[in-house]
Amino acid sequence: MATVPGAPVSSSAASLDLETDVLILGGGPAGTWAAIAAATGGARTILADKGFCGTSGATAASGTTLWYVDPDPAKRAAAKASREGLGGHLADHGWMDRVLDRTHAAVGQLADWGYPFPRDADGRERRVSVQGPEYMRLMRRRVKQAGVTILDHCPALELLVDGGGAVAGAVGVQRQKGGRWTVRAKAVVIATGGCAFLSKALGCNVLTGDGLLMAAEAGADLSGMEFSNAYAIAPAFGSVTKTLLYQWASFTRADGEPIPGAASKGGRSVIARVLATEPVYARLDRAEPELWAAMRQAQPNFFLPFDRAGIDPFTQRFPVTLRLEGTVRGTGGLRLVDGTCATAVPGLFAAGDAATREPICGGFTGGGSHNAAWAMSSGHWAGLGAADHARALGNGTRTLRRAGGAGLQDRLRGGHGGVIDAGGLTRAVQAEVFPYDINYFRTEEGLTGSLGRLDRLWTDAAGAMPASADTILRVREAAAMLATARWMYRSALARTESRGMHRRIDHAALDPAQHHLLTVGGLDEVHVSTRPAPVRLDPVRLDPTEAGRELAA
Amino acid sequence: MIELISPARCTGCNICVSVCPMDVFQPAGSGRADGTAPVIARQSDCQTCFLCEAHCPDDALYVAPDAETVTGIAEDAVAAAGLFGSYRRAIGWTAAHRENRSADQTFRLLAPH
Ligand SMILES: Cc1cc2nc3c(=O)[nH]c(=O)nc-3n(C[C@H](O)[C@H](O)[C@H](O)COP(=O)(O)OP(=O)(O)OC[C@H]3O[C@@H](n4cnc5c(N)ncnc54)[C@H](O)[C@@H]3O)c2cc1C
Ligand code: SF4
Ligand code: SF4
Repeated sequence: MATVPGAPVSSSAASLDLETDVLILGGGPAGTWAAIAAATGGARTILADKGFCGTSGATAASGTTLWYVDPDPAKRAAAKASREGLGGHLADHGWMDRVLDRTHAAVGQLADWGYPFPRDADGRERRVSVQGPEYMRLMRRRVKQAGVTILDHCPALELLVDGGGAVAGAVGVQRQKGGRWTVRAKAVVIATGGCAFLSKALGCNVLTGDGLLMAAEAGADLSGMEFSNAYAIAPAFGSVTKTLLYQWASFTRADGEPIPGAASKGGRSVIARVLATEPVYARLDRAEPELWAAMRQAQPNFFLPFDRAGIDPFTQRFPVTLRLEGTVRGTGGLRLVDGTCATAVPGLFAAGDAATREPICGGFTGGGSHNAAWAMSSGHWAGLGAADHARALGNGTRTLRRAGGAGLQDRLRGGHGGVIDAGGLTRAVQAEVFPYDINYFRTEEGLTGSLGRLDRLWTDAAGAMPASADTILRVREAAAMLATARWMYRSALARTESRGMHRRIDHAALDPAQHHLLTVGGLDEVHVSTRPAPVRLDPVRLDPTEAGRELAA
Repeated sequence: MIELISPARCTGCNICVSVCPMDVFQPAGSGRADGTAPVIARQSDCQTCFLCEAHCPDDALYVAPDAETVTGIAEDAVAAAGLFGSYRRAIGWTAAHRENRSADQTFRLLAPH
């Protein structure tokens, strides 16, 4: 897509104009690990975040368990095998080995940097989880110590590309200081997280798929976007979508009657079905009181809503809901072309939730560990890859232009003069992706109807501009969510089977003939194609009944 | 959602203005840290992540658990329930509760039970 429209860049239009080797977009785990890797390797590095590097993104608010496995061959083999079936046999053993090694090293670094890992009764340090605020405060400190320039409250709006189509920087807004920013860079890492469609899942409202749209406008494609319908349990009134402790919950109707089959793991779809027509209540009454204190110490944020609402979740019932986390705890994202986490576009790298996580978990992540390990590992590799790319590029002069489209098309750029109302477009997209009967329980009919409406929204948005200059960020977020929804549903329509978290009501079984990966891309025209699934090192016989099992976690 | 900043507790350091990922706050007056409490300027943008509370050095903010609605809770009620600073204490970010920084018991919950 070297022919994307876009005005040439003039530095006078920007109030902050910088030049660097590597530009990282997003300052969650993936972006911070990328920044440290790039800067430590000697590259001049700038990190721009929509919010604040250290509090922004899914991890800072939530905390994560980690795929931290000792380098003991038996333990490693078991760790790799444990998600094989859940992920629909799409993961790649070579990538899993790399990520297990890299995560082990990165978590070791965290310990060296002073992360306060807990100790067990035997005095042994336990490194299987991190608290979000603590982890990301430490990462911010290390990013600064590595000499990286951090631009907080500086969301990127669009990428810059050179005459040959290589990515060469980005343009954004300074949300607090006012005005625009422009960073010319020799390589860019997209670490903007996933897309949760402003569902208010914990820490996720900064995650609107911006990086996916920006990368696609520069010509990148995506993979695994059918694995994009993660729904997480939360108290109905609240935002805390932490699900680990619901393994001790019982689920009931308003009258107290137990809901057969309802469970956090392996019964979440039962909850969704009941929630479609009536409230569902939970109580953590399957946890022995001896465990209560440990649960509080494991997840202090889980208990905030209850303590503040005056509910004892161990003894009192509370209403629950399922909030869409989309691709955040799904596995779809930008397609990587090699182990440096390069995308299909020269100069553009992707890491964390913005990249597809299929290489290590196929079509399912859900409850824990893999996403955090992926963010640490892919961030590190993308940072190194971007630094190498910058070094190889040298210092030639390049003519740059902006690659952005939808929502940025004022008349100067050949737009049709129409405007986008960000709130209206956001609600229209949410109406297609939130409902369980469209996105959780997928059918050809539901997906096709939804795509018709989404495509019409895109036709209007593609050539439009914001209703006013100060809504430009919200407009681009809405456009990114719209693009993401279309990639999701085109992919979901193409996979006429159930595999990983992708569940087709009209194709309930896993189809061994569809043991492949789906590439999706394009903006005005969305196209899907298949790629062979990775060759597994130790093939397991495919069991067609496996996908019929409940796959939620 | 973010409910209130206690003017009595707040020292006007503007840390919350910087750390809020959703840019909910506006610095008061001059925009410089001059001792005046910031303003909750864009309340409906709040994502109920509790991180302003975690980073406020003076336990001056309160985030209600309700993600969609404003409760209108009064400062006295928050204080009476002991909720100011409760998240900071739980994660060990106050001097008196440092041991909580390394109290994470997740490893016990992940083990087979
Ligand atoms: C409730 C919850 C619990 C979870 N638990 C686990 C778990 O136990 N184990 C596990 O492995 N994973 C877990 N996850 C997933 C994990 O949090 C994510 O995989 C991880 O945060 C991904 O890191 P990231 O850096 O890619 O994205 P994020 O941490 O989401 O960070 C993305 C960053 O990009 C910034 N950004 C967005 N748009 C722009 C833009 N336009 N310009 C500039 N910056 C931008 C954001 O502000 C944000 O700072 C959980 C997620 C949630 C929501
Ligand atoms: S961080 Fe706390 S003390 Fe500082 S300005 Fe905000 S509310 Fe006031
Ligand atoms: S809870 Fe989160 S989003 Fe809301 S004001 Fe505090 S930091 Fe900002």
